[in-house]
Formats: sequence, structure tokens, C-alpha cells
Amino acid sequence: MAEIADDGGGKKGKKKGGKKNSTKVDMTPMVDLGFLLITFFMLTTTMSKPKTMELNMPDKTIEDQKIDVKASQTMTLFLGKDDQVYWFSGITPAECKEKDLLQKTDYSSEGIRKIILEETKKIGYDQEKKLYKIIIVIKACETAKYKNMVDILDEMHITGSKRYAIVGLEEIEKELIKKYEDG
Amino acid sequence: MPKVKVKRHGVSLDMTAMCDVAFLLLTFFILTTKFKPNEALPVDTPTSVSDLPIPDSDLITISIGKDNQIFFGVDAQPTREAILTKVAQDKGITLNAKQMKNFKLMDNFGVSIAALPAFLNLEGSDLSGFKQPGIPCDSLVNELSAWVLQARYANPKSRIAIKGDKGSDAKVVSKVIATLQDQNINRFNLITGMEAKPMAAGM
Repeated sequence: MAEIADDGGGKKGKKKGGKKNSTKVDMTPMVDLGFLLITFFMLTTTMSKPKTMELNMPDKTIEDQKIDVKASQTMTLFLGKDDQVYWFSGITPAECKEKDLLQKTDYSSEGIRKIILEETKKIGYDQEKKLYKIIIVIKACETAKYKNMVDILDEMHITGSKRYAIVGLEEIEKELIKKYEDG
Repeated sequence: MPKVKVKRHGVSLDMTAMCDVAFLLLTFFILTTKFKPNEALPVDTPTSVSDLPIPDSDLITISIGKDNQIFFGVDAQPTREAILTKVAQDKGITLNAKQMKNFKLMDNFGVSIAALPAFLNLEGSDLSGFKQPGIPCDSLVNELSAWVLQARYANPKSRIAIKGDKGSDAKVVSKVIATLQDQNINRFNLITGMEAKPMAAGM
């Protein structure tokens, strides 16, 4: 392909006798192999770079950092087992016996993301502070996986929700979720 | 007029230069590729849309495996030595030079402090075959807290990264986070894989 043996120049020698073979080596396969390996190493080196997600938790030592959470501006999410999310608008009341409080959804873009966006629009925009008024409270149940936690933090990122908090469950909420999960 | 003879050239292409470049690049990529070291704990991280790179140095990595084992690792070798010396002193265990060296070569580990001397005596196939149970981290014995504390003493610039497996329980991760918060560490990185950003979410 790349090297065509040039015997035009060797005519005089040929007449004298003794066929002279070309000393040139066909390098095409070697170059092919070289580039194949380069491609392999290039692809393997650049693809495997992991990324990070920053997580800031509130400082426990500062007491007055706590802000009052208005029930009307809040949305509570429970991360349950088998990739399910239970949610409702507002904060958990002290007595929650009713069974229809929670709604169930999943982590897909049509699921929780749509709901968060709808709730955000419903609660509205604060012109003074220049942010959406919504506060999202995330509660990871004992049955939830770490993947769910990352997924929901990701959703916060995607939907642009700036005000969210990860908090632990209270006893009453644990019971409530258990009731839902058992059906 | 004599006929002009058109000399016919062979279509010859000198590939030497191209070949040189190709192999130079090849050598470069071979040398720069870091092969995955034999990991004591395989972690399959979840993916996220976040695209912040991981800090290159001064990193404390807390790994959480599929079965909720907690592993601890520091990137710099001198720091590892300093940490081990301090922790051994505090917990009253003695280690010889060989055990110290073995510890320095370990990227991360997951055994309790009591089991550490025996673990550091292992070598070769014994070491790779040993299943490390993870560092105890509960309200009674929280050894993770001790390791993190000493690591931060040894290198105050340290950043903490949590590398959790997809399948590990959120409960365990919360416990690790709570341990960090008890030391007033409120900023940390969660190591995740890459994921394509979805189309604008309409905000």
C-alpha cells in the first residue's frame, strides 16, 4: 500500500547479473499496530476520571443558624426502600395518623424532578432574596441506599433548589413510612 | 529533438517519521496510564451530574463498601506513617518497623485497631486473600473518628472524600457524616461517577 518496490533504478545492476532485493521493510502493519495501541491507551486513560460532589452540612456548634421552616414553604421527601420516594408538602405534623398523607414516586425525570419543579413554582419566587421560596427537607430512611441519597442531591442540583437539608427521621415518621412500605 | 524520457517513480512514502511519532505517543500513553491498583475494597460509585474534579493531594478517603464495611485511606505516605504512630500510641499497641512499612504501602484498610498488628504481618497472597471486616464506627466504639482526627492533625490541609458504593445503606453513610460532623467537619466531597446532564430543567 505505502511502499511499492522501486525497480526502475536498478536496471543497470540487473544487467550485470545478481538480483538485488530491495532492503526496504514494509512498515505499514507496524504503524497500524502502533496507532491501534495509542487509541486504546488514549481511551482508557481519559475516561476513568471520577468526579466529586460537594456537600455542605450545617455547623452543629452554631445554634442561631437554625431558620424557621414555614410549613407552607416546605416539601418533605422520604427516601424509602426499593428506589421509592414518598413526599408531601409541608412538615410532618406532631400527630400524623392519616394514611393518605404521603404520595409515592420514583427517581426518574418524570417522577420526583417534575414534582419538585411543580412544587417550586407553586410556592413561588422571593423577589427580595432572589430565590425560590421552597425549602426541601430530605429524610433518608434506614432502608434507603446511598445511591438514593446521591440521586436526590443530584436532583437538587438539576432543579436548582438551593435550600435543602438532610435530616434524620423521627420515630413517628419511621412508623409512618413502615406503614406505607408494608402496603 | 530527443524524446524526453519521463522517469517513472515508484510511489514511495517514507513512513519512518510517522512511525516515530506513533511510537513516541504510544510510549507516552503507556507510561502515563495508571493501572488500577489491586483494591482491597471494590467500590462501585453512583453517578451524578456534578463535574467537579477530585483534589489531587491532601485527601482523606473514607470508602464504604457494598456490605457497609468502612475503609480509611490517606494519599500521602509520610502522613500515613504519622497517623499510625499516633493512633498506636493512643491505643497502646506496639508495631515493628516491618508492620509500619506494610501500612505505609497500603492505600486503604479496614480492620479494627486491635486486629491491626496481626493484619500488618500478612504478606502477598495472605494479604490479598484476607477479607477486611471494616473499621468499627458506632456509638460505642468509633475508631473511624480517631483515625480522622489523627489524619487531620498530621495534615491540617486535608480534605475529606466519601467514596460510597451504590448499594451501601444510606444509614451507614449518615453515620459516617455524623462522625465527621462531631469533629465539626461540615464540608466534604462525595466521589461519584460521571453522568450526562439532562436538558435544562425549566427553572
